[in-house]
Amino acid sequence: MTEIIDLVLLAMLAITALSVIFIKDLFTVVMLFGIYSFLSALIFVNLDAVDVAFTEASVGAGISTVLMLGTLALTGREEKSSSRKTTLPLLVVCVTGAALIYGTLDMPPFGDPNNPAQQHVAPRYINDSPREIGLPNMVTSVLASYRGFDTLGETAVVFAAAIGVLSLLGLPKQDRTVIQSGLKSHLVLRVVAKMIIPLILLFALYVQFHGDYGPGGGFQAGVIAAAALILYALVFGLPVATHVVPPKVLKILAALGVLIYAGTGVVSLFLSANFLDYSVLASNPVAGQHIGIIAIELGVGITVFAAMLSIFYAFAGQAERKNIQ
Amino acid sequence: MLEIISSALLILGAFFSLTGAVGLFKFPDFFTRVHAASVTDSIATILIILGLMLRSDFDLVLVKLLFILVFMLLTGPAAAHALAKSARHGGLLTLAETRGNKKESDD
Amino acid sequence: MNFIVEHYNYWIVVFLMMVGFYIVISANNLVKKIVGLNVFQTSVFIMYISIGKVTGGSAPIAAEGITTYSNPLPHVLILTAIVVGVATTAVGLALIVRIKRAYGTVEENEFEHKEELI
Repeated sequence: MTEIIDLVLLAMLAITALSVIFIKDLFTVVMLFGIYSFLSALIFVNLDAVDVAFTEASVGAGISTVLMLGTLALTGREEKSSSRKTTLPLLVVCVTGAALIYGTLDMPPFGDPNNPAQQHVAPRYINDSPREIGLPNMVTSVLASYRGFDTLGETAVVFAAAIGVLSLLGLPKQDRTVIQSGLKSHLVLRVVAKMIIPLILLFALYVQFHGDYGPGGGFQAGVIAAAALILYALVFGLPVATHVVPPKVLKILAALGVLIYAGTGVVSLFLSANFLDYSVLASNPVAGQHIGIIAIELGVGITVFAAMLSIFYAFAGQAERKNIQ
Repeated sequence: MLEIISSALLILGAFFSLTGAVGLFKFPDFFTRVHAASVTDSIATILIILGLMLRSDFDLVLVKLLFILVFMLLTGPAAAHALAKSARHGGLLTLAETRGNKKESDD
Repeated sequence: MNFIVEHYNYWIVVFLMMVGFYIVISANNLVKKIVGLNVFQTSVFIMYISIGKVTGGSAPIAAEGITTYSNPLPHVLILTAIVVGVATTAVGLALIVRIKRAYGTVEENEFEHKEELI
């Protein structure tokens, strides 16, 4: 039964991606990309990757779509048809596709428990991580403890992206005079937003701290909290949102998250163990792992929230400057 | 017994979703299409989540499903309202108004 | 027949990869190129997760009464990859906004040979 769901979802994904090529209206293209992201999140759930599905739905279909729509507001909605010939790209694509399909003929069967991918490190993680780390969610224990150094690099990449966008576009100046703007006449949206935004923030906190027991963790929580504040900025106007969460605070928060993460590693160094070895943070190694994982997930969540929100402020500030509603 | 009721609810929810999708193709005008999509979306959500609630025991999963139902009923109609309002703000005319304009310009 | 069922996932992934690749190399508008890049990235994620799936297994969250789990390692790699992907997209879109401000257009054939900025 799962094979049929798999087949149908992948076919829908292929049709959606194919239609992106032929459509000239860029707003439609961005919405189709949002649908593509949601469909791939469904495929990930079907393939037992619940953490990945959570991240793809919130990051890919949430933040990416919002940023692309923000860019479209600044660059225009229609793609002009070009006079370029398409034979050479089509040829390149067909040759590459044929070579790749020839490569997949040798691949092991889908879902086989004796695949080479399931042999070397994975059984050790599956069998030993509930005992060594003590968390039910194996993906969190691998992400935060066994491969914690990679996750530090990923947090640094998010921070670097925020720095890159801020140096290209700049943050909106905090305007002390103008307070009321935005959708003043849209009563239904204001009431619903006021009801929903505290619940979204509460859900973000739940996802942050529940990442040890179910799908979740720092990345998803940071993105959900940023989405709540983006909703606030869209409904009540950017100047009010910059009063609630000022851009200066976001700059400090983004750096603070990376500092907390790397600081946990340095604390382990001071307690005469390796960098990012959490077993020495408490008397009991398993309790030390728990403390270390909570600390670094907090750092990740803070950095991702501040980075996503400041990137949104940068794009929205450009639109306000051009006076586009 | 509970299985049969929950299966019936799930199938009914899927049927309403399908009619919403058919309505998206068949209806002539943007505003009627938004109406088709959002109304069938709400009833399909209620039926499917009720069907899923009947399948789980009385624990955390049931409460989470209840929360999901409340949030989707709150945000679905608000999203359809936002869509219709922004189309109106952008100047989109309903089918009756376009026909009225065409008749005036023909006379 | 069995061969097709076993390899269907990979073939669809190759098709999606090629669609994304085609959009990147042939689209004229820069925003559409970024959309094509994201299509390409997501297809690669689907491939990794398909490799890690075990038939009859469950999600890698330890629970009572479950014996086979799917492989958690590709999930960790793809989690990192998704977040890095959105970071790259954000910087790419910021560059597009600056290109629009500098040249007045984001269509590639219009600013390809422009020398003077606005």
